[in-house]
Amino acid sequence: MFNENTIADARQGMKKWEAEVTQSAPDLIAKKRLSTISDLLVNPIYTPEDINDLDFDRDIGYPGFFPFTRGCQATGYRGRVWTFRMFSGLGTAEDTNRRWHQLLKEGETGLSTAFDFPTLMGYDSDSPKARAEVGKCGVAIDTLADFEILTQNIPLDRATTSMTINPPASVLWAMYLVAAEKQGVSWKDVGGTIQNDMLKEFIAQKTFMCPPEPSIRLISDTIEFGTQYVPRWNTISISGYHIREAGATAVQELAFTLADGIAYVQDVIERKKLDVDAFAPRLSFFFDSHMDFFEEIAKFRAARRMWAKIMRDRFQAKNPRSWWLRFHTQTAGCSLTHQQPYNNIIRTATEALAAVLGGTQSLHTNSFDEEFALPTEFAATIALRSQQILAEETGVVNTIDPLAGSYYVEALTSRIEDEAWKYIKQIDDMGGMLAAIDQGFPQREIANSAYRFKQQVDNQEKVVVGVNRYVAEEEAPIEILKIDEKVEAEQAKRLKEIKRSRDSREVAQALNDLQAACQSDKNVMPGVIEAVRAYATEQEICDVYREVFGEYRDPGFF
Amino acid sequence: MNIGTPVSFSLRATMERDHKLRVLVAKPGLDGHDRGARIIARGFRDAGFEVIYTGVHQTPEQIVSAAIQEDVDLVGLSCLSGAHLYLFSEVVRQLRASGAGPITVIGGGIIPEEDISRLKKAGIKQVFLPGTPIDEIVAWTRKNVRPYNRSSLSGEKAG
Repeated sequence: MFNENTIADARQGMKKWEAEVTQSAPDLIAKKRLSTISDLLVNPIYTPEDINDLDFDRDIGYPGFFPFTRGCQATGYRGRVWTFRMFSGLGTAEDTNRRWHQLLKEGETGLSTAFDFPTLMGYDSDSPKARAEVGKCGVAIDTLADFEILTQNIPLDRATTSMTINPPASVLWAMYLVAAEKQGVSWKDVGGTIQNDMLKEFIAQKTFMCPPEPSIRLISDTIEFGTQYVPRWNTISISGYHIREAGATAVQELAFTLADGIAYVQDVIERKKLDVDAFAPRLSFFFDSHMDFFEEIAKFRAARRMWAKIMRDRFQAKNPRSWWLRFHTQTAGCSLTHQQPYNNIIRTATEALAAVLGGTQSLHTNSFDEEFALPTEFAATIALRSQQILAEETGVVNTIDPLAGSYYVEALTSRIEDEAWKYIKQIDDMGGMLAAIDQGFPQREIANSAYRFKQQVDNQEKVVVGVNRYVAEEEAPIEILKIDEKVEAEQAKRLKEIKRSRDSREVAQALNDLQAACQSDKNVMPGVIEAVRAYATEQEICDVYREVFGEYRDPGFF
Repeated sequence: MNIGTPVSFSLRATMERDHKLRVLVAKPGLDGHDRGARIIARGFRDAGFEVIYTGVHQTPEQIVSAAIQEDVDLVGLSCLSGAHLYLFSEVVRQLRASGAGPITVIGGGIIPEEDISRLKKAGIKQVFLPGTPIDEIVAWTRKNVRPYNRSSLSGEKAG
């Protein structure tokens, strides 16, 4: 990276600096152990020597060019600022539709759906398992009828919608496609994302239904279907967010996410015999942005560089778009505290800035009250405003990848990349991510990191303001959002009406056809779409999956 | 307890664990956020307790039956989905209805302050919010939960 003279100068300068501080501030060098939030050791100062191994063109280069360290789009945020996409869903479809219109009015530029737990797990609102959960953590969706209300007056040819949905992803996507159809919008014109990433569910988030093998098959079915019929849709969002939230380090988040990505690409190629360039450009990613500012920026930069290498070298993809790692970011929910909750506004803004400096394509900012409940409109608006302030007041969007060339950020980017490759190698040696999950490997690695971090907070090695330092004796309560308990009964009532008014023979036929597709190697999507169209409920469709593929049980590692 | 187990073996086993507190850490409902539950489970184990962790997605019935089968002194419930009032209360209600003896139930998770008194009224002995040091929870447990005297087979919990 540098010529010999520069390095010689840097070495000499370092010696001088060290001599100076050893004398004036011996603690700084010798005693103080400082590390990132993921516990990577940090030097007090970085110089050209720390990044001398790098080659500018090979490792850093230009945005829009391999290895995309500086961004996928050549024009960065000058071409287009990231999408303000607030994860939002509460109560009934009506409640959520109202909140969506409000957010769009306030300048949100993309939609993102939070479903309640019964919907996430493939149960209807009247299931005994749904008791007390309906509409609590997101919106309750049972049938296409709910979905039509959810998307009322939302132009599905223009708005892009992300849906955080995993085991029942095919079902909710089918609802979206049929709702678009009813609006007169062609599948060719709808854009959005389904999360549809089951591996990270087994690893971290634990929203699972069927065992890993059939889960992967369902994902490959959706990827294949999207490739053929819904070309603007991201049929998977390979997610590190939940891995991180479960307690992983930045390196683990990155490595396990990319290893999941490798497993999905491999499966589509082998099972569907698709050319990698046919589907890889629609793969998308989702990361966490945590509190350690530079570590996060380095992680995002390393992620792009690593995925580009994986796609080009490992999978022999030829289309540069297949090399792109496009990602959504959410600020770290786990960094929020219920103690002194207004401090969360500052945490979120800082994490959002890291995501932006890391070049995210899309961003959700958490609301300060999410340690208590779903956000109030007031809190959600502040979170959205934080993004708008970053985009329009701070000037950070004016130049692309402004931290490139920083000795620290470049050294950290390379360090995180090196450490993540080690994990990927280890997982390859185990036989891939499915085998690693089966052995409990990523689960245990994350549990260890989570426990270590908790101990570091408990013994004050890591500071959390308001929790283990600057603790307030007494705190005034804040206003929090309450979901009306009536939602459960209302949903059950609507569901009953739908079941009465639909053509039950048509439903039974569609579910039978779907079952046959599940038992063969036919793509399930056409069957799911027919069932949704006939107003089969989410649970009825998922029960077919459960019956054919079986259910997965949590092995309960700790 | 397994009826077919020879008494002598059962007696030895119960005496060996006489002074060890037995804890069931459980995740009721559909919520998969298990970071806190797993950390607490490990913290309890490191403190020398015998820990059983149910894994996620347990119904109150499953939790109560595990608590009885595993003969625990304490059940720790964790819920971050907002369904805590129903789920925690239901576990206590069913535990009492089963006649299972003095099992203490505590809870944690995303729980608004105003719900804490309602949970306590429903029989949840203590609620720990996010950020509580493990040592504090362990100390509370040592002070408030005594291992049941299992060496006395005539005790109401035996058999």
